[in-house]
Parts: sequence; structure tokens; C-alpha cells
Amino acid sequence: MLKIMKSKLSGQKSKIDIRKIAKLANLTLSKSQEKELLAQVENTIAYVSVLQQLDTSGVVETAQVTDSENIFREDSIDLSRVLTQKEALSNAKRHHGGYFVVDQILEEKS
Amino acid sequence: MISDFSITEILYKLRHGEFSIKELIEESYVSIEKYDSKVNACITVIDKSFALQEAEIAQKNLTSLPLAGIPFVLKDAYITRGIRTTAASKVLDNFIAPYDATVYAMLKKCGAILLGKMNMDAWGHGGSTENTDYGVTRNPWDMTRSAGGSGGGPAAAIALRYCPFAIGEDTGGSIRNPAAWNNITALKVTYGRVSRYGAIAYASSLDTVGPTAKTVQDCSIILEYIAGFDKFDATSSHREIPHYSSLLANSVRGKKIAIPEEYFSTGLDPEYKKIILQSLEVWKSLGVIIEHISMPMLEYGVPMYYIIVSSETSSNLARFDGVRYGNGRKYFTKESMRRIMLGTYTLSAGYVDAFYKNAQRARTLLRDSYTKTLETYDAILAPVNPIPPPKFGELLDDPVKNMYADLYTGFINLIGVPSLALPCGFTGSGLPVGMQLIGKMFSEGSLLNLGHQYQSTTDWHTKKPNVTV
Repeated sequence: MLKIMKSKLSGQKSKIDIRKIAKLANLTLSKSQEKELLAQVENTIAYVSVLQQLDTSGVVETAQVTDSENIFREDSIDLSRVLTQKEALSNAKRHHGGYFVVDQILEEKS
Repeated sequence: MISDFSITEILYKLRHGEFSIKELIEESYVSIEKYDSKVNACITVIDKSFALQEAEIAQKNLTSLPLAGIPFVLKDAYITRGIRTTAASKVLDNFIAPYDATVYAMLKKCGAILLGKMNMDAWGHGGSTENTDYGVTRNPWDMTRSAGGSGGGPAAAIALRYCPFAIGEDTGGSIRNPAAWNNITALKVTYGRVSRYGAIAYASSLDTVGPTAKTVQDCSIILEYIAGFDKFDATSSHREIPHYSSLLANSVRGKKIAIPEEYFSTGLDPEYKKIILQSLEVWKSLGVIIEHISMPMLEYGVPMYYIIVSSETSSNLARFDGVRYGNGRKYFTKESMRRIMLGTYTLSAGYVDAFYKNAQRARTLLRDSYTKTLETYDAILAPVNPIPPPKFGELLDDPVKNMYADLYTGFINLIGVPSLALPCGFTGSGLPVGMQLIGKMFSEGSLLNLGHQYQSTTDWHTKKPNVTV
């Protein structure tokens, strides 16, 4: 706790490109949201940077705690659990002819 | 009230005709109607006529179904076929899932009757049920204060006796934090003990599904019916499911509980500290051996937790693009946007090693240190919350203060071990205080045994809020 408090005071603020992060996160932010989030993310990063004081060199990463590996299953279809097309589309705001409608991602060559 | 009885007592009385399931369900709806306009624990209440139909079916199967007629609520993080699931976010305001979460399917199969989907911080992001698009949940012990979070709704529902148990989801304290602030009992299970299938993911390597109820005994009964391997959750465990409720009466004499000095240091409210440490006399009277130890990694728990959960949630929430379901990303709350942005940053090229991967390495150090300590002790005793339930706005306005609500809970999910939260007293102003017992992987039986023995000699867990309406 104490170290964390210190890190807030002395912690170096990382340069964060908030627009780039918003683009990666697929979030559309207003100017005021950008400003607010930048300050908050910078502050939070300054806090969590206390972790860099820990010597973690040579330590293996823990991504999960079950210690299990390679869980396989049969590649088979359980017909009792298959959604009908109608069910699969039932929550979609836009659908057409039994398909989801998505925004255009490719443009014609001009 | 019928719902003051334990689940075992209710089942016994139902089977002996002392009252009917219909009466039990009617009582629940009376409580919901009486309190919920004030407390706002529910996002969705199941139509009463539907619940009464289920009651009729359950009444006919009283002896064959193990939880026949027991009403319950789900945190609104579990998908339920044909019933709206929101995760307390307008992103999913009209989402009707086409299939059931495993935990819901299992409880239905046992004859339990769902009454509602409960309020929470949207996507589990928070410790106060203020980050919800459906209005805050008030703490029944003091309406000017938060019910805690993220599962404030389920906890308030149990405190007000809407029903005998609720299912919560705990990623960094979301079951335990509100349980402690509402004077109820809650179990955060070992990662993998209960299937996560159909639980809306917050941070997948930390998410757990568990019961919350009035007592340890009730939690142990529910755990027996929801634990186990599920082929739809590859991380669920094949381990045998102990008959938890039959372990409760065992003597705890000679068991060892560790008290880490760092947990009772500067971060903890002094009154909370005093009350939690008073429980040591009870433990000693039960023959439990108390030893004071040092667990120096606590201060790294919150930073580690926040980097990892934000990273995982930024990835999990990427799917909510409004194409197949939901309303699109502009509906995320400020708090959720903050966590998504933070996690996207800590996973982004150039920063992933310094933040995410470094936190995963630190997680290994944390896990090793706990594994070692838990080889020697049956449990570590810790506070659940560092402070009493906050007034509205206290946490929401300050992201860092908000993070500290998870000081004693978040790191436990990083390790994956189980933790039992139980009431242990009240502050001078009548606010509940909770403590937790943290055990080694899959030691739920031992924790429940300790907790039940504690509740057999104390009566904190029997106290109810006095709400005037």
C-alpha cells in the first residue's frame, strides 16, 4: 500500500496515444471522453507500475491456474444443441435473407 | 418468515406438509414487492404466474427432486433461455439468450425455481453496484450506502430474504464483497469447481461461479448441486465432488488458521480490524490454532489484478459489437470503457511485456507464496472489505479508490483458491463486517467445515436488516 502511494507521487506518466488505443478497442470517443479517459488511464498506469519493482526475471508466466493442458473433444455435432437459423438471428438488429448484416469492410477499386 | 429457515429445514417442512411450495413462492413475491422499489436488487423479476406454474410442477416432485420448490435468484451475468440477460449493461438491454448457463440448467433440474435476475456492476466492473445501467442497489442495512459489488443485487436479495440462496459470479470479490456488506455468507469456489458455461465472461482465467446464502450450511448444500465437470467448460474440473454438507459437523480442533499481519495493517478500517480480530477468541474456543504470519505480497495484489482483469476483459468484451446481438459499443458505461481502454493498452504492442506479461510473471510469484503458506495452514483469515459499505459516489468518482475495494479479494482469484466469506460482527453504527477464510485449491470442504463451526457458536449470520417501507 505504501509503495503504491509512493508510486502515485513519483510514478512516471507513460505517454499514451489515447486515439490509437480507442481505435484498437473499437470504441468511438468524444473529445471530452478522450480527455477524461486519458487522465484516468494514465493515473491507473502510474499506480499499477509499482509492479515493476518486483523482480520477475526468469519467472514463468501464469496464464491459468488449473495446470491442465490440451483439453480435446470430439469434433462432432450435437444436433440437439444446434440453434435454428431463426434462433441464431433472433437477437440481431439487422439481418437479411437469413444472414447477419454487417457493415461494409471492403471498398471497390476506384 | 419461511425464508428465515435453512434450506434443509424448508425442504423438511415442505415434505411434511407444514406449508406448500406455492406459499413459499408467494412469500418471496411479497418481499420483492415490499422492498424492491426501494432497494432495487432486481433487474428482471420473473412473472409470478410463471413461477407459480413451476411451483405446481415441483410440488408434484417434492420427494424426487433434491431442491424441489426452493426459490433462488441469479446475478444477471448468467444467460437464461427465453429470459432477458443484461449483465447490467444497456449493451445487452434486450438480449434474450437462446440457451441456458450450466449452473442454471443444473438448478432447474434439481427443482429450484428462478425468481429473478439481479443487479450488479455492468459486466462485473466494480465493487458497489453503481456502475449499472439499471439504477444502484441500496444497502438494506443503510439505504444511503452501496450494497457492494459487483453482485450487490443478489446479496441484498438474500439479506432481505427474497429467497434462500443466490448464484453470484466472483472474479475479484464480486460474491464476497457484497456478502460481507450485507451480513450474509458466500463462497468463492476454486477455479474450475463449478462450470462457467453461460456465465458472461469478465476475466476468463479468474471467473468463478458460486453460491451466496444466509449460512455456510446452505452454501454447502447448493455447492453439492452445482459443482462438477461440464463438457462445455474445458477448464471445469473432473475432481470428485465431496458431500460437503456431511463434513460440516466435524470437529475443527487442531486445525490451523494463519493471520497475515499485512492484512491487518494500514489499509484496513480500524473498527473493522478490531471486530475481525475479535473472532480469534471464537476460533480458539473451537480448538483452532491461530498463528500470526507475514504475507508480504499483498500490496502487489491490486496492481497485478487490475492489469490482468483489464487485459482479459478488453479481449472478452471485444465480441460485443452489436452485430449478432446487443446494441453496440457506444453503450458501455464510463467505468467499462476505462477498463477496456486500460486493458487494450496493457495488451498493445510495445507495452504487453512491461504490463500484461510482467503481471502474469508476478502472478506466478504470488501463487507460489500462497501455495507454500497453505501447505502449513488449513486457512488464512483475512478481511473481506477494507472499509464499511461506502456512501454512493465515494467509489465511483475515484477509480483508484474503487480498485481498493478489491484489496483483500482480487488477488485470491489470481491464485484460483477458494474463499469463504462470513459475517463476524457490526460496527458501532450497525454496519455489517465480514471476514474470509482462504484455503488451498479444492479445499471447500475444509473451509465450509470451519465456517459452519464458527456459525454454530455465533449468531451474527442470523441478524437481518430492519428496513422500513
